[in-house]
Amino acid sequence: MSKMINLTVDGIEVQVPEGTAIISAAKKAGKNIPTLCYHPDLPATANCGVCVVEIEKSPLKRACCTPVWEGMNVTTNSHKLRELRKTLVELTLSNHDVVCPTCVQNGKCELQDLAYHLGIQASDLPSLLEKKPIDYSSPSIVRDPNKCINCGRCITVCAQTQTVFALTLDGRGFETMVTTSFDRGMANSPCVNCGQCTVYCPVGALREQTHIDSVWDALLDPDKYVIVQEAPAVRATLGEEFGMNPEEVTVGKMYAALRSMGFDRVFDTNFTADLTIMEEGMELINRVVTGGKLPVITSCSPGWIKFMETYFPCVAENVSTCKSPQQMFGTMIKTYFAEKEGIDPSKIVSVSIMPCTAKKFEAQRPEMRDSGFQDVDYVLTTRELIRMIEEAGLDFKNLPDEKADNLMGEYTGAATIFGATGGVMEAAVRTAYFVLAGKEMADLNLTPFRGMAGIKEANLVVPLKDGGELPLHVAVAHGLGNARKLMERVVAGEVFHFIEIMACPGGCVGGGGQPFGSSIADRARRGQSLYKEDAAAVKRTSHSNSEVMKAYADFLGEPNSHKAHQLLHTNYFERSKVTGDCVKAVTHKH
Amino acid sequence: MKFYRSHILIGIDDSSLAAGVKEIEALLRSELQKNNLSDEINILETGTLGLFGTGVSMTVFPEQVTYVNLTAADVPEIVSEHFLKGRPVTRLALKAPLKKHYDYNYKNRIVLANSGKINPEDIKDYLAAGGYEAWEKALLIMQPGEVVDEVKASGLRGRGGAGFPTGLKWSFTAPIKAEQKLFVINADEGEPGTFKDRLIMEGDPHKLLEGIMIGSYAVGATKAYIYIRGEYKLCIHRLEIAIKDAYEYGLLGNNIFDSGFDLDIYIKIGAGAYVCGEETALIESMEGNRGNPRSKPPFPGVQGAWQLPTVVNNVETIANVPAIITNGSEWYKGYGPDGCSGTKVFTIMGDVNLPGLCEVDMGTSLRTIIDEFGGGVKEGHQFKAALVGGAAGVFLPIERLDVNMDYNSLRNYAAVLGSGAILVMDERADIVDMLYSVIRFFRHESCGKCSPCANGNEMLYKLISKIRKGKGAPEDLYNMDKVAEAMFHSSFCALGQSLVMPIRSAIEHFKADFLKRIN
Repeated sequence: MSKMINLTVDGIEVQVPEGTAIISAAKKAGKNIPTLCYHPDLPATANCGVCVVEIEKSPLKRACCTPVWEGMNVTTNSHKLRELRKTLVELTLSNHDVVCPTCVQNGKCELQDLAYHLGIQASDLPSLLEKKPIDYSSPSIVRDPNKCINCGRCITVCAQTQTVFALTLDGRGFETMVTTSFDRGMANSPCVNCGQCTVYCPVGALREQTHIDSVWDALLDPDKYVIVQEAPAVRATLGEEFGMNPEEVTVGKMYAALRSMGFDRVFDTNFTADLTIMEEGMELINRVVTGGKLPVITSCSPGWIKFMETYFPCVAENVSTCKSPQQMFGTMIKTYFAEKEGIDPSKIVSVSIMPCTAKKFEAQRPEMRDSGFQDVDYVLTTRELIRMIEEAGLDFKNLPDEKADNLMGEYTGAATIFGATGGVMEAAVRTAYFVLAGKEMADLNLTPFRGMAGIKEANLVVPLKDGGELPLHVAVAHGLGNARKLMERVVAGEVFHFIEIMACPGGCVGGGGQPFGSSIADRARRGQSLYKEDAAAVKRTSHSNSEVMKAYADFLGEPNSHKAHQLLHTNYFERSKVTGDCVKAVTHKH
Repeated sequence: MKFYRSHILIGIDDSSLAAGVKEIEALLRSELQKNNLSDEINILETGTLGLFGTGVSMTVFPEQVTYVNLTAADVPEIVSEHFLKGRPVTRLALKAPLKKHYDYNYKNRIVLANSGKINPEDIKDYLAAGGYEAWEKALLIMQPGEVVDEVKASGLRGRGGAGFPTGLKWSFTAPIKAEQKLFVINADEGEPGTFKDRLIMEGDPHKLLEGIMIGSYAVGATKAYIYIRGEYKLCIHRLEIAIKDAYEYGLLGNNIFDSGFDLDIYIKIGAGAYVCGEETALIESMEGNRGNPRSKPPFPGVQGAWQLPTVVNNVETIANVPAIITNGSEWYKGYGPDGCSGTKVFTIMGDVNLPGLCEVDMGTSLRTIIDEFGGGVKEGHQFKAALVGGAAGVFLPIERLDVNMDYNSLRNYAAVLGSGAILVMDERADIVDMLYSVIRFFRHESCGKCSPCANGNEMLYKLISKIRKGKGAPEDLYNMDKVAEAMFHSSFCALGQSLVMPIRSAIEHFKADFLKRIN
């Protein structure tokens, strides 16, 4: 227990542990100190200066990076502080491309809010903005230096949380800007497209490459057959954005909205999440039983895959060869579905709704064309879907609950929890246990894998149906910084059997395509919602998904069959740590 | 032992090298030889003679005649007239006592006691002048705590600009138990118009080393770094020689004087960013990172370079230490007023007759320094302003000429001693132009880490440029003040915080210069 410090914030006495920054202590006293760079999830960068407060017998101090001391008497608002904050915000605005109406962050922008709250009217300071080119090089992320306020959050989350090191500061003084090394663009950097920078950017300087126009074009084209799939994490988020109870999972309204917008078929990525478990679970069992490469590491997260290819190509053979659920879905739509329905796959436009920016990159990977076409044509983030629902003029809150279409719309609770960290592990263990033990687990809730701890480990003992036991050492990591730590242990020789990795903190509910400002607390809550839906589901194991079983019976054969390998599996590359380019293939497709 | 009739001290520093001192020295030697005087007249290379802008200069002893701005054409005349016939060439000589500091009988030198007198590249010269006695005394007679206490009692304050008490700084780090502590010298002298550290290092590198040894011993650091700006080629060269000699003489290395104390000194070369003079940015740069300042706390004394407790001191500060240890704190307090003891090296530039550096008691008046050491305002002109303390200093008008140059007296005028730079302007100077250069400098040197400084400097630059072009409006002055005030309160480090001083003082005292451009 650390020492407690007593202080006063605007006359309110509070007690906080030693080392707490003033800004957190003030929060405890019910005071939100304005800031442009500080975010409670991240270490303070102390760049903006807006959070300065008055302290008795001391010069003004930054609340974000000044630890409290005993007897400190803090004033968070005064005439002087207001004038100061106004000047700082005016200065920031003078070097910001103020295009609020067309900005993706409009309404959620921290600079816009602060300027509005401080009542800043027209400033008589001249504009400092010198327009720089916008970086559109990446398939996932757009970087707009004209909006950037150099708060440094993106660099912090990229380097410290994710340990990707794609973003850096370049130049000096006023010319300083956030960019990639040598300013060569996001596409020519080690960026893994996880999009955490977009989530934490306060001003919309980092955002997704949008596919909205392309999707509307397809929807409004009578010759196109437009099919949509939605990732599990999306349904955990839509409600909170439309003013509903944030704990509510809005899957029925989501289907209704998509149908109303004109999608010809509304399926669900959860279907292929169950399919992934069948493929990946079987791969795990095979490798454990036949003495194959262990641990098996999950492959659902495209940010993790590019990270692995860049920083840990040595574990590529460990990574499951399974495509992600999005890509399995894309292939199945243009093969299985097209065949079943007698639709020309060249007329099909396959759209996915993802909590993710890396999925845009993944869909464009050259090896993701096993259907003979680009398997997934367009990827929309949760944020883009929300904008489209708003554009369509739908009253989301009051939409009726509808169901997904048949054939690829059924899913189980095991698929739902894919959206939360530990969910893939939990789903895989449920099915692997069933296959190995010949019976269902007594308790399907594998709580050691749930929650926000960075690395979660467990030792499982699976009884085998022909007698004997199989001990499994398994681990779950979310956030690439944690993934890096875990991979270092794997490389050092520590024994694991199965590892789940999600690139984003919290798993997909915290993905880079989720609403701006998604905090760690938001992510934890969304995960809880998914576990609640799983608990309420009738079917909670992937092997009980009857449409998945039908797909095997009618089309794929059995899990890990030759056809399944052709359509549902992939291979990996080694990438340059400098440019992110492929150097060579390190695994090959069977 | 050889006896000479005369000794010639030639100042070899960066500016004289640029003026071709080596060629002139060679010519002088050959001229002396030609006249068969080589055995009678001795040539000694030394550090700075304390003059600036005087090209190649040399002093002849025992006459104490100083020749300035020498060219190759002057050499034969000096040899034949002065050395052969004994008639100094007054036409080429400095008119004493124009510059009081240059009087070799002037006693108030601590830091510069040897500069211009000894050969900085020969450790024996330093030893002959009493060098390394303090190191021996500290290491063999005193406990580290006693050294800290002595320096504390002396009242020595940091000469880098902030004026923090040196002994107090040491006393934070000394008691910390750590596997490794570091002692770092800030020799990244980047303040415009400041060149005191360069001349201290060029003129007497061993004095700095001795101070480092004593300081490292006091705080328990076994590794010391001199973070020096890359442009200081001659300093680096002379420090390298000095360090090598110190190792050879057993003054550095393992188990020095059988005391059980180990110390290694390394030189780290900076790449020329002004902000790296800020101690946490300096530490970042030392570690090989972008030179951006760090949050304090943790203070470097507790957690500095590579997370190790790190004491960072300025060159001039540490050059005071050997004399304090040798003579005691009471002796040191004999210099300067209470609370600001010791001497201070000032660099005097601009519109004075004899720009250069001088070491005077703390608290000497600005007028005295300009008149007696700078040779007075340029002949035929009147004093208008002095920018005191460096670019981040304060414009003082004529009414403030009698201010005493020490930390406390200057504070009364919202001014700072800073690095000790004094830029004198006569009535021809335009304060708007001056302020423009100051702001342009800061705009260039802002590291860009924090928005108040990066954006603020750019805004100030825009505003002052507008005024300078005659397109200014009265509210521009108000906006400049407003922006500088915001920068003062919210910038992350001293770089952004300090611009308010030159701006406020310029507008307050020289408003007419601004209004001339605005109206």
